[in-house]
Amino acid sequence: MPERDPKERARSFQEVACGYQPEHALREAERCLLCPDPKCIEGCPVSIDIPEFIRRITAKDYRGAYDTIAATNLLPAICGRVCPQESQCEGVCTVGESLEPVAIGRLERWVGDLALAEGWSSAPYIEPNGYRVGIVGSGPAGMACAADMAKAGCDVTVYEAFQEPGGVLKYGIPDFRLPNPVIDAEIENLRKLGVKFECNTLVGRLFTLSDMLDEMGYHAVFIGTGAGYPSMMGIPGESLNGVLSANELLTRCNLMRARDFPKYDTPLPAGKRVAVIGSGNTAMDARRVSLRLGAEKVTCIYRRSRAESPARAEELHHAEEEGIEFHWLTSPIEILGDADGGKAGNVRGMRCIRMALGEPDSSGRPRPVPMPGSEFEVATDIVVYAIGTNANPIIGQTSKLSLNKRGYIETDENLATSMAGVYAGGDIVTGAATVIEAMGAGRRAARSMKKYLGIYQEDSDSKAERLFGIPVYEHNFARLRAA
Amino acid sequence: MHSAAAAPYEIVAREDFSDVTFLLEVRHPLMARAARPGQFVIVMARPEGERIPLTLADFDPQEGTITLVIQAVGKTTREMQQACQVGAGLHALVGPMGIPSQIAKISAAAKKVVCVGGGLGVAPMFPQARAYKQAGAYVIGVVGYRNKDLVFWEDKFRGACDELVLCTNDGSAGMKGFVTDGLRVALEKHPDVAEVIAIGPPVMMKACADATRARKVKTMVSVNPIMVDGTGMCGGCRVKVGDKVKFACVDGPDFDGHLVDFDDLMARLTRFAAQEKMALERWLDSCRMMKPPAEEPAELPDPFEEVRGG
Repeated sequence: MPERDPKERARSFQEVACGYQPEHALREAERCLLCPDPKCIEGCPVSIDIPEFIRRITAKDYRGAYDTIAATNLLPAICGRVCPQESQCEGVCTVGESLEPVAIGRLERWVGDLALAEGWSSAPYIEPNGYRVGIVGSGPAGMACAADMAKAGCDVTVYEAFQEPGGVLKYGIPDFRLPNPVIDAEIENLRKLGVKFECNTLVGRLFTLSDMLDEMGYHAVFIGTGAGYPSMMGIPGESLNGVLSANELLTRCNLMRARDFPKYDTPLPAGKRVAVIGSGNTAMDARRVSLRLGAEKVTCIYRRSRAESPARAEELHHAEEEGIEFHWLTSPIEILGDADGGKAGNVRGMRCIRMALGEPDSSGRPRPVPMPGSEFEVATDIVVYAIGTNANPIIGQTSKLSLNKRGYIETDENLATSMAGVYAGGDIVTGAATVIEAMGAGRRAARSMKKYLGIYQEDSDSKAERLFGIPVYEHNFARLRAA
Repeated sequence: MHSAAAAPYEIVAREDFSDVTFLLEVRHPLMARAARPGQFVIVMARPEGERIPLTLADFDPQEGTITLVIQAVGKTTREMQQACQVGAGLHALVGPMGIPSQIAKISAAAKKVVCVGGGLGVAPMFPQARAYKQAGAYVIGVVGYRNKDLVFWEDKFRGACDELVLCTNDGSAGMKGFVTDGLRVALEKHPDVAEVIAIGPPVMMKACADATRARKVKTMVSVNPIMVDGTGMCGGCRVKVGDKVKFACVDGPDFDGHLVDFDDLMARLTRFAAQEKMALERWLDSCRMMKPPAEEPAELPDPFEEVRGG
């Protein structure tokens, strides 16, 4: 896929990967073997019928390709850009055993972009069923759940605390990876399905989950508030000016448009040298954003090696191309300030220690062990923390939902929470994960919610289930009769 | 039924207390009903604006309005002073945020409490004083202003407090001195005070916490660091409380004043000092071009004040 030149793009927020032209897409699609027993479908968290959509591309039935994807994934233009395909569909592609795997993600993105450009939408005929569904959080989990519930005929309202919908897609993922117009177009598609978005609404504080189920009249609620609460390391110097979380940097830059300061009022910390701790996708985003904001030197501090880096392969590759300085097997032990005692000072550097990889830990990855005597200093003006997040506490503080000991919402295998009618999915259940996993969770929760509400699902495995001799999908009528 | 996001949020009343301090009453029925003392909101005046946290100064569930008191010191708040007229709207208004002040617990035994509000902190002190009064506590209000002309809400406080100590820096109204002097007077007179609540600039809250430390009187303060989202997502508002790091937006904004590291809080408030100064100068320049120079205010308040919101 054509990409912008690393030198030129590292200073611009324009999208790095330019996307396929039709001839690229056709050439790539022809590489697919259309395996009779396709592994890629299993590799996809939402089980897109990948060989079928690729077959339709080769047949030049682009609309058909879009409809095939849209049957399970409403947001192809987003997923094609941000899914970690190398560990999902492309990771198990048969072609990939001997050659480069088929670029499924890029093809998906191309189809998604084409659909947005052509104004295709998969809005089916929807018959309202009178159920009202409230969704907390307009990120990927909430969007996916909203789409499914709206298609089933529910009256869906999505609540968002920020002034614009999109969640992490808007505030977190930068424009050069996922342009805002793409997100807005996908949200517009949801609106076409009848989904309503209510911004500036902090659920839990403005009204509670119980309020939603009681006086606001929602029959079911989905919580997709994400993880959020950024972790710090607890090393000396963390309150120096110039130390911030990747979430803060990205939100200021992306959602609040601080990169256009002073045209936009939100400021960014100033500094020519930026050190980002961590090596996930958020860390890569923070690095590449810093570069585009004009930093002269951007470093990566990560306590494991490149092989253990959790970032998407493409992001890591792009970051390397753009000239990020990598310090693998390095962990910070102190942030150094320019004033005595560290108080009221600005960051001037960071003291780090070299690590060696030891035995695998509970996550299965080799445990980094500090090497005594290997301390060294990295000069930097800004330190960005991208070492993961903890659970957001607001829903827990304002409801009686049971949480696990780390503060995430506890659910059963159907994503039902301890409160009847309330479901949850995405990072607020699993801890930080990917966009597509959140979407997958949103869709799984939607299935359970439909079952809970007694909405008939064509492919439902619950047809056989009977309660008081009445099939579950006819609960509706039973309830009406009882009333 | 709910009508949360009927943006823009309409300004239904405005009152100017002085040439820098003004009050806005904004229509938001749902928030007026949900708000509790000690909570704050985040406001965006216009689409290109920044998100600024402001502690709720009042809320009226019957009228369906919330009240904000704003001091025009930085670019955003000065712009709001010009633009936020009755009939206009705010681009974004989200809240109520933060954990409400724990009022019922202490006042159940009809204990004495001292509510200290300094400068802009006077406004958000009011709902707390009222709530303590309603909960049956004996409320001693201590409010401080720079001079007589800046005094506001004296009558509201007299209605909500059993005793009121009004301080001005120059002695032009009430007693001469800072709120800490007023607090000392109150503590001398009432040695059995169960709790002190202080809201105001960090330096004032620090002084209040220092004044009560020796007497071991529980002292709650409402911190006001720089924030972006206000929902626990960015971590910009982290404060040191004892040996822990807390986020003011979701773990606060009320913390034990004897544990808060105020020096750290004050240092972190200067994070964007250079950018704030630049934005204000640029804005003042553009105002100069629009208007005759006579309207230029003679004295520039501290631009860092802005983030202290109230």
